[in-house]
Amino acid sequence: MKNVLLLVGKRSLASLVTIFVISIIIFIGVELLPGDVAETVLGQSATPETVQAFRQELKLDLPPHVRYGAWLKDLSHGDFGTSLANGRPVAELIGWRFANTLFLAGMAALIAVPLAIVLGMLAAFYRNTFFDKCISIVTLSFISFPEFFIAYILIALFAVQLNIFPSMATINESMGLGAKIYAVLLPALTLTCVVTAHMMRQTRAAIINVLSKAYIEMAEVKGVRRLRIIMLHAFPNSLSPVINVIALNLAYLVVGVVVVEVVFVYPGLGQLLVDSVAKRDIPVVQASGLIFASAYIFLNLMADVLSMLVNPRLRQSQQ
Amino acid sequence: MFALLKKSPISARIGFAIVLLNVLVAIFAPLVAPYGETSVVGNVWESFSDEFLLGTDHLGRDLMTRMIYGARNTIALAFVTTALSFILGVSLGFVAATKGGWTDQFFSRIIDIVMAFPTLIFALMILSVMGATIPVLIFTIAILDSTRVYRLSRAVAMDIEVLDFVEAARLRGEGLWWIMRHEILPNAMPPLVAEFGLRFCFVFLFIASLSFLGLGLQPPLADWGGMVRENAGAITFGIYVPLIPAAAIAFLTVGVNLIVDWFLHLSSGLHE
Amino acid sequence: MQGDNILKIENLFIEGYYEEQWNTIVDNVSLNLKRGEVLGLIGESGAGKSTIGLAAMGYARQGCRLASGSIKLEGQELMGADDETLRALRGAKIAYVAQSAAASFNPFHKIIRQYAESPVQHGIMGYEEAEREAIEIYRRLFLPDPEKIGFRYPHELSGGQLQRAMVAMAMACEPEIIVFDEPTTALDVTTQIEVLAAVKEITRKMNKAALYITHDLAVVAQVAHRIMVLKGGKLVEEGEARSLIKNPREKYTRDLLSVRTLREEKSLTEDMDTILRVKGVEASYTGKERVLEDINLTVKRGRTVAVVGESGSGKSTLAKVITGILPPLKGTISFFGNDLSADLASRDRDALRRLQMIYQMPDTALNPRQTVRTTIGRPLEFYFGIRGQEAEERIRGLLTKIKLDPDSYIDRMTTDLSGGEKQRICIARALAAEPDLIICDEVTSALDQLVGEGILTLLQDLQNEMNISYLFITHDLATVKAIADKIIIMLEGRIVEQGEKKQILAPPYHEYTDKLLASVPEMDTEWLDKLLAERASSYLETVPN
Repeated sequence: MKNVLLLVGKRSLASLVTIFVISIIIFIGVELLPGDVAETVLGQSATPETVQAFRQELKLDLPPHVRYGAWLKDLSHGDFGTSLANGRPVAELIGWRFANTLFLAGMAALIAVPLAIVLGMLAAFYRNTFFDKCISIVTLSFISFPEFFIAYILIALFAVQLNIFPSMATINESMGLGAKIYAVLLPALTLTCVVTAHMMRQTRAAIINVLSKAYIEMAEVKGVRRLRIIMLHAFPNSLSPVINVIALNLAYLVVGVVVVEVVFVYPGLGQLLVDSVAKRDIPVVQASGLIFASAYIFLNLMADVLSMLVNPRLRQSQQ
Repeated sequence: MFALLKKSPISARIGFAIVLLNVLVAIFAPLVAPYGETSVVGNVWESFSDEFLLGTDHLGRDLMTRMIYGARNTIALAFVTTALSFILGVSLGFVAATKGGWTDQFFSRIIDIVMAFPTLIFALMILSVMGATIPVLIFTIAILDSTRVYRLSRAVAMDIEVLDFVEAARLRGEGLWWIMRHEILPNAMPPLVAEFGLRFCFVFLFIASLSFLGLGLQPPLADWGGMVRENAGAITFGIYVPLIPAAAIAFLTVGVNLIVDWFLHLSSGLHE
Repeated sequence: MQGDNILKIENLFIEGYYEEQWNTIVDNVSLNLKRGEVLGLIGESGAGKSTIGLAAMGYARQGCRLASGSIKLEGQELMGADDETLRALRGAKIAYVAQSAAASFNPFHKIIRQYAESPVQHGIMGYEEAEREAIEIYRRLFLPDPEKIGFRYPHELSGGQLQRAMVAMAMACEPEIIVFDEPTTALDVTTQIEVLAAVKEITRKMNKAALYITHDLAVVAQVAHRIMVLKGGKLVEEGEARSLIKNPREKYTRDLLSVRTLREEKSLTEDMDTILRVKGVEASYTGKERVLEDINLTVKRGRTVAVVGESGSGKSTLAKVITGILPPLKGTISFFGNDLSADLASRDRDALRRLQMIYQMPDTALNPRQTVRTTIGRPLEFYFGIRGQEAEERIRGLLTKIKLDPDSYIDRMTTDLSGGEKQRICIARALAAEPDLIICDEVTSALDQLVGEGILTLLQDLQNEMNISYLFITHDLATVKAIADKIIIMLEGRIVEQGEKKQILAPPYHEYTDKLLASVPEMDTEWLDKLLAERASSYLETVPN
């Protein structure tokens, strides 16, 4: 057990270092802005006052490492700076949008994970049958489709033709949970299609890999029932790869949400990021980029830690 | 090659047909397009007619023409980016695998960090700083994508590297370059070719998504992702114009995937 | 002690699916197994013996099918029986012991839990009772610390222990028949004895019937009452073990049995050219633990030095050090009187040319994307700058030397060759460099017995003709006896004994050499019994009353 803790500790530390390095990259990114940052960003219509405000906001008068230190210190206090576009604190802009994004991604995960695992297992057990081939073609198509294609098909079908769901997912803080779920169902369904396809294919591959192992044949010639072989021999051994698949796809989900939010004009972090990129609202871009990266790194960390925890070789080491 | 194609399953043939059609259209775009790339020839969102086979777009341009030029711009951009990403990824990956030691550690740690950062977010941030011009787009995506190629080619090369015939070549006194060229590369070809197809799909979809977000190719250049964005408003009126370029993107990606699938099946079968 | 037929297989055909069609892999085989009898199935790879073993349980691997015939277990027909009937029999009436215990135990569960699974599932006993029985049978099969060993995970046991734990697991339901599928093939000779003793315990003392599948006649002679020889899915001959070994009727059986011809003694004298001298070599992969310590040896021109040891003895590492892949921590290697630099990169091309290597796995030793011509032609071009017509003639000459027809082989891809042919191409590639010394690393162990013997004969002929020296690395004492002039015995990274063959292989033996030699099964049905009896009595002598 001590061994595992050590490994988990090492892995977490590596993630922390990665986030740190990424914060530096994000910071340097702004440094690389060609020419005079303020004028490039603000354009020719900038008045001397706005240029001055901009320089102050980005603390452009100070040397880079001092600025980085100050930025990091502000970050640790939850101060993400002020938006250049509308002068509001970035933390305020990001706060509830991030919650919205998590809500949407969470909804999609709630549908996608069980669906993908069940379909993946079925496809593995009935591999090379008609059922398996159908699933394979459908998932291959979903993987090939851009998210917005699936999104517009769903809109065309459910919002325009059948008129049962709204084509825009507008939500606000005063809405009840039911109304919120109703509002995000179409975007969540879009994400589900994409993520399920990836997850299901990888789950199938992981289980087929385990089923070809010698100990499965051994269990069969020992006269163990098929269901028991699946539950007690195949499942625990495929747990580690499957957990990995799930966590990696959740990480993908967090990012895939960007396009879907734009399609459905959903007030989430992704939408904000895209808008801010277009407006070159650097403090917002920096902050939301860092949040996305951290969420992504965190989920990748979870994938590794969980697969370490279920591996008997690591869990049960002698030392 | 032709003999192999003869034995290929129907799905792969469909894939080849789709890709071939797209490539031909892309190459001969000015010859097959009925109108000019940016010329306004009709009203906004006219429906299908003999004059405008696919109707017109939000500015009254012929959609068929836009689609044809879109194929040219989108595919060419994706192809150049993928090729660049491959040259970068494969050469670094092979060098890391055959040299090992510090070189390998150095490349691999850098790439770990880049890969820990979600590609789309990274790209958005770079584009926000550098501006969405075509060279920036190509280099940004190629560099980000080459990390995946690096991982794969390094892993493949490592697998081959430990085989006895590579050791035999080393004992003979062959140089690093010769070993990479004659012993490793020929054996790494099947997975790399398949990966090229998959990476192309990824890059193609990625550029489409960026264009859709308004950060890819800039108007008035026609490209499929941007066309979906420009015409997105139509859908609420029950006009399905944005579905056409979106379907075209899906169509080509499915085609490439069908070929890759068959190829993977083929090369794994040959290995047995 | 032997009674009625318990297993009766008649006219069995089994098919396998490859190259896009069904092909016969077991061709009209019939067999009878009586209660308490051990039947040995012997043959080289592709003989269909494992497939028959599994078929006895009504089981066919993925991609195989039981095509026709009859398989009767205690009178019950297994051909076409439904899954539930078969499941009830498997493990309970007939059990299976696989070749690789490491792969056949589920890494997720403790050993004893996997033991108990079969009896509990078949409703024969409860879990606690199964645990008690497991401990009892672990004790009978000489597993160390029988009370506790079952509560460990598979990766915590050694190969030999796992194999015995699997034999124990097969006994869990007290089945009538056990199928042993090459249970000792993956083990070292000294470990093999422990497993054979366990098999003997079950078949003789507990009076179980068994099918014993192996490629090694000497092993099967120790445990089987009757032997069936198979080749290419067909029966070659069948007979009572003793008489089949004494008087084989078929030529194929005689070939398998033939004791390898010992080569004529070649003299080894002090004044002969020493071409390779290894002095005081120490080596390590990590920089800390030594895998080689204090290695000193010499190789003379035109002679063969065999390096013998079990897995982990450091014999393959020795080859890596000599070739320069693993630079030693200490010590020197001199070749024709000149010190070779420790690492490969700084050795000159002529030194590299004169020292060639042949590998254990011919499949991975040849680039699968090259033709025979490119493979053999490259050293000619690289070392001598020979190209074009001259190279073509040389390549053809080399192919003739290794007894492959140049016209039909020169344009083949290396993947289109059989294992033996590939190994011959590897030899030709080494010969193309016109070497003085060839290091042969387990060159026959991945090949079938008869094919391997062909390779050894070829190597001997080449030595006589071209006066090449060999450094022969192997775990197989039979090979050593057949080809060595000088023997070096290694254990845990050190040389325990070295000298001329006639001196090493004659008494008085070094202690470890004695153990190694004694562990190699002999073509004598009494050999194992005698050995075990000897060991038991020496054990009694050392234990004070």
